[in-house]
Amino acid sequence: MQRRQFNKALTAVAAAAAFSTLGPINLARAQGRKLKVGVILPRSGYLGFIGQSCQKGADLAPGVIKELLGIDIELMNADFESNVDTARTRAERLIQEGANVLVGPFDSGAAAAIAQVAEQRGVPFIINIAAAPQITEQGYKFVFRNFQTAGDIVRNGLDLIGELFQATNTVPRTAVYMHVNDTFGQAMTKGIGALLPSRTQLPFKIVDTIAYDPAAKDLTVEVSKAKASKADFLLLVCRLNDAIILRREMVKQRWQPMGIVSPGSPGMYEEQYFKTLGKLSEYSISNVPWYNPNARLTKIVERAFKKQNPKDNLVFHGLNAGFTFEAILIAADAFRRAQSTDAKALADAIRQTNITEKMMLGAPIRFNAKGQVEGIGSACVQNLNLLPTVVLPKEAATAKPVFPVPGYKKT
Amino acid sequence: MPAADLVANVVVSGILTGLVYGLMALGLSVIFGVVRVVNFAHGEMMTVAMYAATALFAALKLDPFLAMLPIAAAFFIFGYVLQAGLINPFITRPEHSQFLLLVAVAIILSNALLMIFGPDAQSVQLDYQLESIEVGPLLVDKARLYAAIAAVAAAGTLYSFFKYSLVGKAIRACADNYLGARVVGLDVRHLYALTFGLGAVCVAIAGCALVLLVDVTPPLGPAYTLLAFVIVIVGGLGSMGGALLGGVLIGVSEALAGLFIVPSAKSMFSFGLLILVLLLRPQGLLGSRT
Repeated sequence: MQRRQFNKALTAVAAAAAFSTLGPINLARAQGRKLKVGVILPRSGYLGFIGQSCQKGADLAPGVIKELLGIDIELMNADFESNVDTARTRAERLIQEGANVLVGPFDSGAAAAIAQVAEQRGVPFIINIAAAPQITEQGYKFVFRNFQTAGDIVRNGLDLIGELFQATNTVPRTAVYMHVNDTFGQAMTKGIGALLPSRTQLPFKIVDTIAYDPAAKDLTVEVSKAKASKADFLLLVCRLNDAIILRREMVKQRWQPMGIVSPGSPGMYEEQYFKTLGKLSEYSISNVPWYNPNARLTKIVERAFKKQNPKDNLVFHGLNAGFTFEAILIAADAFRRAQSTDAKALADAIRQTNITEKMMLGAPIRFNAKGQVEGIGSACVQNLNLLPTVVLPKEAATAKPVFPVPGYKKT
Repeated sequence: MPAADLVANVVVSGILTGLVYGLMALGLSVIFGVVRVVNFAHGEMMTVAMYAATALFAALKLDPFLAMLPIAAAFFIFGYVLQAGLINPFITRPEHSQFLLLVAVAIILSNALLMIFGPDAQSVQLDYQLESIEVGPLLVDKARLYAAIAAVAAAGTLYSFFKYSLVGKAIRACADNYLGARVVGLDVRHLYALTFGLGAVCVAIAGCALVLLVDVTPPLGPAYTLLAFVIVIVGGLGSMGGALLGGVLIGVSEALAGLFIVPSAKSMFSFGLLILVLLLRPQGLLGSRT
């Protein structure tokens, strides 16, 4: 054996040794097969931009997982067109076409529909993003969620609002609460109604609540009502398109409250929000589950993301792509341990998940008896210099929060 | 109880939006009034006009109000050809055949837009879209005001054309008495095609105006087709004034319902108004009983 050949062999042995620390020794059976992952996302319709953002996380997963775990993943992508009924039929079709596990769908209404299909057909379903608590309260055996429930989001979101006021030395007395009236919006509203009265450190009261259609094309009346409430700030549970329409309408109606604060909803940290609104996107605040920029896995994902999307910045897709990637990682990790694509074996393995090295903030990925991961963290993300920037909690912050926003005028 | 200035602002906004809706519905009303064909591809045609406006803006930075002229001209030709080449052979066929034909046209248009522009929402970005004019307690959205002015101007021009021009009178003659028009030697099929072209022009102008107020996506069409139907049924199918009145009524009732009741349920009230009109005055507010 020549020295170069010897070095190559040594490198291979070293790599195998390092690899065995990540996974079990007996990988051969799992490696021989592919795990077919049905990814259901709203890549068109009013949730289209967010669905496409999630898809970026799915697209990079097979490469990263192959590198980390040596598992082959085959993605089976389906677009549910932001329509709950379509989500149900797409899930059926993916299962018929041989998907071993379903991942998706970024929407609580769709998640509830897919969960029913997955449970009836006995196929594991790992929810990437969807917060309605009832999804994991049905006693399902094949449904798992690695995302905060609406209650968790609201709890963390309200706590961060308290920290925001403390950090900026402000005491707003009133808020107008605007929310989308879909499954997610209703769940969040229920959560806020239940938790806000017990948060004595929050000095404000909600003076008006305005529900609106997330697919609305015009929010003139809604913003007029909100402005007329003369509230100090806007508490907003939104989606993306409506957040853009709403922000524009606020400018048209010359309404400048102390700020727009979301206790935990998508929309205002998305790339399209910045692209469409430019400077108007500045200072909007979202208290949301976020990724840990310093985690080793984040660095690996970021590299893969950059390679696949040279013109994009992970910071605009971190939440969507991160949770979608983690959902597929959970499936791959379970497949590695189960060494089988059998649905029951996969579901049992998912239940035993214990992923300590993760991308998103919070505790390790472990499912409770209901199939819910607990202890996922949130951050207060403010749009500063046209980038979503973590401003709280202090230990993860890269900038100081700005509140009230410049140009604030009391109505 | 909301303050008076809030109510006034909401009403003004409803009137301005309603006028643009009215122009859109006017196209449907004119086509039905003369050709007696219900254009089920109406919303999709307007979506095409909205995309044309965004494309011209993206390529040439052309303001949609200026883009109205070339787009309206293109739509006139499209409408003429559609009627002359495709719909005229169906004029004497049963209504369900006409219905299926126009639904097919709608599906083709909607899918063509999806293939060409993709599923993402598109819009135009102009400075004045974020501006408003202060008139006492009223805050009038500039883009909405300009859109409404364009709608009224287009409707006025069309009215004058039908009232005073010889071709307009000939078209009205066709609408009043098909057989009589043929007996006196009018080229009815050509006049039908002209009418469809004019209806398409209304849709084009409404689309260019509306793109300043809402973002456009390919699946937007059916919602606007439905809205146009509600407006013309409320105003009176075939009545030009009725279409504008219906648009304003729907715009204002939705705005007020949003203000006084629940914003998320505001479209429920336009359908409530529709049911009321169907019960109390089936021919519509300004329609004539045939």
